Amino acid sequence: MSAPVSSIREPLVLGHKTYHDITENLVAPTEKAPPLSWIAIFIPAVALLGLGTFAAVWTIYGGIGTWNLNRTINWGWDITNFVWWIGIGHAGTLISAILLLFRQKWRTGVNRAAEAMTIFAVMCAGFFPIIHMGRVWNAMFIFPYPNTRGSLWVNFNSALLWDVFAISTYFTVSLLFWYTGLVPDLATIRDRAKGLRKKLYSFFALGWTGAAKHWQRWEYLSLVLAGLATPLVLSVHTIVSFDFATSMIPGWHTTIFPPYFVAGAVFSGFAMVLTLMLIARKVLHLEQYITIAHIESMNKVILTTGSIVGVAYITELFISWYSGYIYEQWAFFNRAFGIYWWSYFGMMTANVVSPQFFWSKKLRRNVTFTFFLSIFINVGMWFERFVIIATTLARDFLPSSWSYYSPSWVEVSLYLGTFGLFFTLFLIFVRVAPVVAIAEVKHILKSAGDQYVGENATKNH
Amino acid sequence: MKKRKDVVYGIYNDEHDLLNAVRSAKDKGLEIMDVYSPFPVHGLDPLLGLKESRLHIAGFFYGMIGTLTAFLGMTWIFTKDWPIIFGGKPYWAVPSFIPITFELTVLFSAIGMTISFYVVSGMGFGVDNFVLDERISDDKFCLAFDKEEVEVSDAKEFLESTNVEEIHEKVVKA
Repeated sequence: MSAPVSSIREPLVLGHKTYHDITENLVAPTEKAPPLSWIAIFIPAVALLGLGTFAAVWTIYGGIGTWNLNRTINWGWDITNFVWWIGIGHAGTLISAILLLFRQKWRTGVNRAAEAMTIFAVMCAGFFPIIHMGRVWNAMFIFPYPNTRGSLWVNFNSALLWDVFAISTYFTVSLLFWYTGLVPDLATIRDRAKGLRKKLYSFFALGWTGAAKHWQRWEYLSLVLAGLATPLVLSVHTIVSFDFATSMIPGWHTTIFPPYFVAGAVFSGFAMVLTLMLIARKVLHLEQYITIAHIESMNKVILTTGSIVGVAYITELFISWYSGYIYEQWAFFNRAFGIYWWSYFGMMTANVVSPQFFWSKKLRRNVTFTFFLSIFINVGMWFERFVIIATTLARDFLPSSWSYYSPSWVEVSLYLGTFGLFFTLFLIFVRVAPVVAIAEVKHILKSAGDQYVGENATKNH
Repeated sequence: MKKRKDVVYGIYNDEHDLLNAVRSAKDKGLEIMDVYSPFPVHGLDPLLGLKESRLHIAGFFYGMIGTLTAFLGMTWIFTKDWPIIFGGKPYWAVPSFIPITFELTVLFSAIGMTISFYVVSGMGFGVDNFVLDERISDDKFCLAFDKEEVEVSDAKEFLESTNVEEIHEKVVKA
C-alpha cells in the first residue's frame, strides 16, 4: 500500500525490485548448491561442534572435576557463557516484537535471521546450566511434576527456578513466533519446488494458501505474540539478573541489575546480529535487502544501549561508594584493581568507550568498521559477565578461601562447542529457509522500495 | 467423501488492481469465494466483509488459564501438599510466585493462540490445502469465484471488465 512516505526516508529495498525479483533473490540460496564461502564456514563450525560434543561427553564421564571450578569460585565460564548467550538471544525478539509494535519498517530485512539467531542462542545458553548440573541424566528434576521422591516439589521461591520457567517459555514463544512468520515463505518455496522437495516443503508449510482471512489472522497472531514477547523478553533477563541480585554477595546484591542486564542483553544481541548479518549479507548477496540504512539503524540501537550500559557501570560505582558499606566498596575496588583488573579494563573499553564511535554518521555507515566493532562488543559483553561472576567470587568474605580461577581445556572446548552449534544451525537454516522474510519485504516494497521513495517517489505514484 | 469446487479466477499483477476489482465485484453484487495474495493486502478485509479476528480474545482466556494454573498450583503445593519454609519466608510467599505466574501466563496464551490459529484456519503439518495458482505465493494476486455461487459467464464477463491479467477455470478439492 502506498502510504504517504516522507521524501527524506531512506529506501530499505534497493535495486528497483519487483515482487517477483524479491522471491527470486531470497529463495535462491535455498535452491542452489552452497557457495564455496558457505562450505568454508560450515566445515570449521561442524569441527567446533565436534570438539564441544567431545568435551561434553568428557564432562559427563569425568564429572565437573574436569573443570577448574573450586570451592570459592563455583561459577566460572559456564555461567558466564550462559548469561552471554541468553543476552545474545534477546536481540531477535527485540527486533521482531518491539520494532513491530513501533512499526519500524527496517525490521523486515533482519527480523527472520535475528529470530533464528535467538532460538539458536537460547539453545546454546540452556546447554550450560544443564551440563553444570553434573548429573545431567537427572535434569528433569528441575521441572515440577508428580514424582516418586515423596512427591517433593521444586523450590518456587528460588530465582534459579524462575530462570527455568523464563528460559523455557522464552524459547517456546520465540519458536512459535519465528515459525508462524516462516510459514508463508515456506509456502513460497513449496510452490516453486518439484518432487521430493515439494513434498517436504508442503509438509512444513502447513497448507498455507494465502487466503485473505488467513492473512488477517496471521497478522493478528503476529501482533499479539509481539505484544506478549515484549514483556517476556524484558522478564527473561530480569530473572537472569535475579540469579545474582537475590544473593547476598557484595557486588551482586544490587537493585540496578535488572535494567542493567536487559540493556546489556540488547546491546550484545544487536552486536551479534550485526556480526552475523554482515557475513550473511556478503555470502548470500543480500546487500539490496540489508542496506546501509539497516546497518545504521542497528548501530543507533547499539549506541543507545551501550550508553545505558555505561551509565549503569558508573552508577554501580557511585552507589557502592555512596552506600557507605565497606564490603560493597571493596568489591568494586577489587573489580577494577584486583587480580582480574584486565577483564574490568576490557569490559570498560569495549562496552563503554567503543560504541561512542557511533556518534559519527560516517562510522555508523561503514561496514568494515561496524563489523570489527560488533566483534569487539561481543567480547566486551563476555567480559562483563566474567567480571560480575569470577572477580566477585574470587574474593569472598573469608580471605583464607581467596583463590584464582582460569578455565581448563574442557571448559574452553565447551564454549567453542556452542559456537559450533550456533553456526552449524544458522548455516543449515540459511540453506533451508529464506533468511529474509519474503512476504514482509514485499509488503513494505511500495513504501520503502527505492523506486517509490526519495526523489523517485512522485514519478511512480 | 470427496468434495470438489469448481472455480473461476482472475490473476492480477498489482494489489491496487485487485482492490479495485474486489470493490466493483461488491458493487455488482457478485459473491466472492476468496481472495489470495502473496502478502497481507491492507484495506481488503472491510471490502470482503471479514470480521475482526477474535484470536486475541481467545489469547486473553488462554493467558488467564496460565495465570490460574501457576498461581493456584504453587499455592496448593506450598500450603497444602508439601509446605516447606524457605529462607524464613511464609508458606504462601506471594511475591516470589509472581515471576512464574507471569511466565506461564505468556506461555499458555502464546501456545493456545498459535494452536487456535492453525486449527481454525484448517492448517497443520502435512495438511494439503488446495493452491489455486502456484504464483500466488510469488507475485500474483487472485480473485476467485465459485461456480455454484456465480454464473460462469457473469464471472468471466466481470473479470474481463477489470484490469485482469489472466482468467482461469479450475476444479479443486474443497
